[in-house]
Amino acid sequence: MKKHTISLKVNGVARTLEVEPSDLLNEVLRDKVGTKSVKVGCDRGDCGTCTVLLNGRAVRSCLVLAAEADGSDILTLEGISKEGGAALQKALHKRNSFQCGFCAPGMILSAHELLRKNPHPTDADIREAIAGNLCRCTGYTPIVEGIADAAKGGK
Amino acid sequence: MSHRTLGKEETRGNGAGKDAGTPRSGDGLSGGHPLPPPPPAHRYIGKSVLRTDGWEKVTGAAKFVDDIEFGPSLLHAYVVESPYAHAEIVRVDTAEAEKVPGVVKVVTGRDFTQKFGLYMKDRYIFARDRVRFVGEQVAAVIACDPKTAMRAAKLVKVEYKELPPVLDPVKALDKKSVLLHPELGEYPHVPWFFPKAGTNVAHWRKTRKGDVEKGFKEADLILEDTYTVPRYAHCAIEVHGAVGLYDAAGRLTVWTASQSPFTQRHGFAQALAPLGISHKDVRVVTPYIGGGFGGKAGVSMEIIGAALATTVQGHPVKVMWSRAQEFYNTYQRQGVVAKLKLGVRKDGTITALEHTLYWDAGAYVEYGANVVNAVGLSATGPYRVDNVKIDSVCVYTNLPPGGPYRGFGYSEFGFGLESHINRMAAELKIDPVDFRRRNAIKGGDTLCYGAHMNPCGLDEAIEKAAKEIGWGKKTKPKDPRKARGKGVVCFWKAPAMPPNASSSAFLKFNEDGSLNVLISGMDMGQGLLTICAQIAAEILSVPPAKIRVETPDTDRNPYEWQTVGSHVTWGCGNAVKKAAIDAREQIFDLVQRTLNLERDTLYLEDEKVKCRTQPDFGLAFKDFVIAGIEAEDHTFKGGPVMGRGMFMPEFTSAISDPETSQGGHPNVHYTTGAAGVEIEIDRETGKVKVLKAVLAVDLGKAINPDLCRSQVTGGLLQGLATVLYEDMRFSEKGKLLNANFSDYKIPTALDVPDEIVPILIEVAQPDGPFGARGVGEHTMIPAASMIANAVEDALGIRIKSMPITAEKIALALKKAG
Repeated sequence: MKKHTISLKVNGVARTLEVEPSDLLNEVLRDKVGTKSVKVGCDRGDCGTCTVLLNGRAVRSCLVLAAEADGSDILTLEGISKEGGAALQKALHKRNSFQCGFCAPGMILSAHELLRKNPHPTDADIREAIAGNLCRCTGYTPIVEGIADAAKGGK
Repeated sequence: MSHRTLGKEETRGNGAGKDAGTPRSGDGLSGGHPLPPPPPAHRYIGKSVLRTDGWEKVTGAAKFVDDIEFGPSLLHAYVVESPYAHAEIVRVDTAEAEKVPGVVKVVTGRDFTQKFGLYMKDRYIFARDRVRFVGEQVAAVIACDPKTAMRAAKLVKVEYKELPPVLDPVKALDKKSVLLHPELGEYPHVPWFFPKAGTNVAHWRKTRKGDVEKGFKEADLILEDTYTVPRYAHCAIEVHGAVGLYDAAGRLTVWTASQSPFTQRHGFAQALAPLGISHKDVRVVTPYIGGGFGGKAGVSMEIIGAALATTVQGHPVKVMWSRAQEFYNTYQRQGVVAKLKLGVRKDGTITALEHTLYWDAGAYVEYGANVVNAVGLSATGPYRVDNVKIDSVCVYTNLPPGGPYRGFGYSEFGFGLESHINRMAAELKIDPVDFRRRNAIKGGDTLCYGAHMNPCGLDEAIEKAAKEIGWGKKTKPKDPRKARGKGVVCFWKAPAMPPNASSSAFLKFNEDGSLNVLISGMDMGQGLLTICAQIAAEILSVPPAKIRVETPDTDRNPYEWQTVGSHVTWGCGNAVKKAAIDAREQIFDLVQRTLNLERDTLYLEDEKVKCRTQPDFGLAFKDFVIAGIEAEDHTFKGGPVMGRGMFMPEFTSAISDPETSQGGHPNVHYTTGAAGVEIEIDRETGKVKVLKAVLAVDLGKAINPDLCRSQVTGGLLQGLATVLYEDMRFSEKGKLLNANFSDYKIPTALDVPDEIVPILIEVAQPDGPFGARGVGEHTMIPAASMIANAVEDALGIRIKSMPITAEKIALALKKAG
């Protein structure tokens, strides 16, 4: 199959990558860039574990072809500390927000996007923002509380 | 009481029967020494310390099985599945698939002749002669990349001869029913299973206590009815996966997403016995796992990774399940048809219980039959019943294999039992909470199989749950189109384990006085690593943040049976505690012989050895736990301090009279509790909103209260979803129709009750670490029945089959007019 050459900026680092037309963005991020925080949970946009920020907007990277993302700026959990996400991570850690932690990367990116757009979210805003990120362990409340703490303390 | 306590392991040193090496007043120490003030009861136990794995998880440092890099020699496998629920395999033709460039190997049932299974060996690695469920693995293609493997798998031609599928467990019992396993009589199984050769009954657990006929004669009211519970899926967010490597020297390593590394090692070694491979050369590595809930217990698809590796020696081979495969080819929670007959006196005392449960156990029951067994021993619920007849029947069907799921059958029988109790209380005009108070089991009561109940705080749980939910107080909805109702139920559950299930731990000091603890209990999110750190911390006075507890690797971590049944806080926690005590005693030995301090005067505090007779003495761990203590002649004594601990519940036995289950001691203990809910129902749509849920559970001792409360919020939501909207649908030919999250709805952050109140009750478990017993599964168990009772309270409608969806409520309301 004919390969495409694409350019991506991932967590601030410019990359040139060869991809097949059918390659999904999550596959390329995991297998060619090595950002393993991008998880695979359903490959059909249901679970949210592959959430990344694509040009500042949260997307499910399993629903994006790598070739479509040519030229974009991508943020994954690996890069989030540089973007000021550390306070969010600390707040979630302090709340023991996660259990198995498999949903954490996608959840944190959704929360990160929310807090940048809306620094003072209500409980309902937070729940709405992470409604596309499935968690089977926690019942969500400790995660919502952690995000709310970050909003209060982190700014 | 037949329960033994630990404690004996601590007879050396000063702290006999004490948890820490620190002395307390009144512990019989010789007089004359100035005693320091008593330390706080516990420094790290009972404290909501931060998860030791928390930072790894919020930074993405935590690695799961699919995240491990294997380099360019990694191969990928794709599985060819049965499209039929029941068929004979006539021919498998792999020639076309083998021709595809990039394909390394095509493997079929011909390549593996051994059966495997945890409690009963009833399945092959790849189907050989027949397939028994839609999605069963028939062959696998191994290729250089996943896409080539997938494309080539479509070229494997399998010729089938269809057989009639058996999809209903009750019809499967008919003498004329097609048999799924004509060779059932030959399957090896544990001695406490009773398969009926020549039928579809894989196991039949009978429990008999007292005289049920007499009990029903004594009853003023008898009610008989049938309740049905369908199948459910675990839906851990991480799918199953395995990577196997059979290296050039003949060692097999398998990286798995599993709750059961040692059980898997044993299973792989047995199933691959024709290779002549020793257990010492089978290694299972389990990194962090993305949720388990029982679905990653035992051995399911991981056997494929292990087996395929042996066919491509020298290459790691990866098999990852898709979300759809996660639904239909791991384990599903079994469905059940439960026939219940209960006799009750006017005052509300239960006189007799007859409970017959027909389990839709699926195509293979190697693990699921033990769910059936556990229920057969406990389907009285947490109530005192003098006259009991339980028949728990494990029936083969052509649906995906049943197996363990958080609650292990107790949610399923509880749905009927707790519904039935409310109906009988209503007829007798007894408050349903009073009914439960009257019959609630107490420590020392005789269980239906003859052993005795452990200490339990069920009475306290009932009081606290009922009070918190405002039992007896009606609240009014603002919207007249809505109706409100409340429900309160009880629950219990024991770990289901073989009588010799054991746990062990190694503990190693490092140069700076920090610790690495090796266990093979699995932290699938519940927080085992953290609470094991707390237990070691308490004994050794080292803060949990300085203790790293490792995820399992069977080459270097010691044995653990499996992380199931909510038993590892208790079992593995006991092993860690013993390992820490072992290390402490070594420290005391060394200090005594090198520094001439009286052993009985030594204690540990703030990462130091201290002495009650010499207040100025304080030897920091970092100064000797690796390097030893320098003697006057400049030689060094001691060396690396390492503790080891083992725990096996030596009082249990699974062997009893097969006709009555009397005579054994199959369960180590029960965790009990009560839960309540208040709901609001839209009369037009039938949609239920959970306003408040409360769950009171007696967990003996909350080693980390925050993590225990997290079990309540998470488990309750998982349970509420099974009753309110999760709804597995199969076609008439046994194909699962909704194997994805669009069509099988699990809760999102928007589907959470307005308020959840966890109540932790601590009636100590005498043989638990610091009094703890398990709490993981119990939080899910009461959810379904309390919703059923609250729906009845709100609308006067009794729904006897799960799930209780909005649609079902709306239709029932319409029918009721």
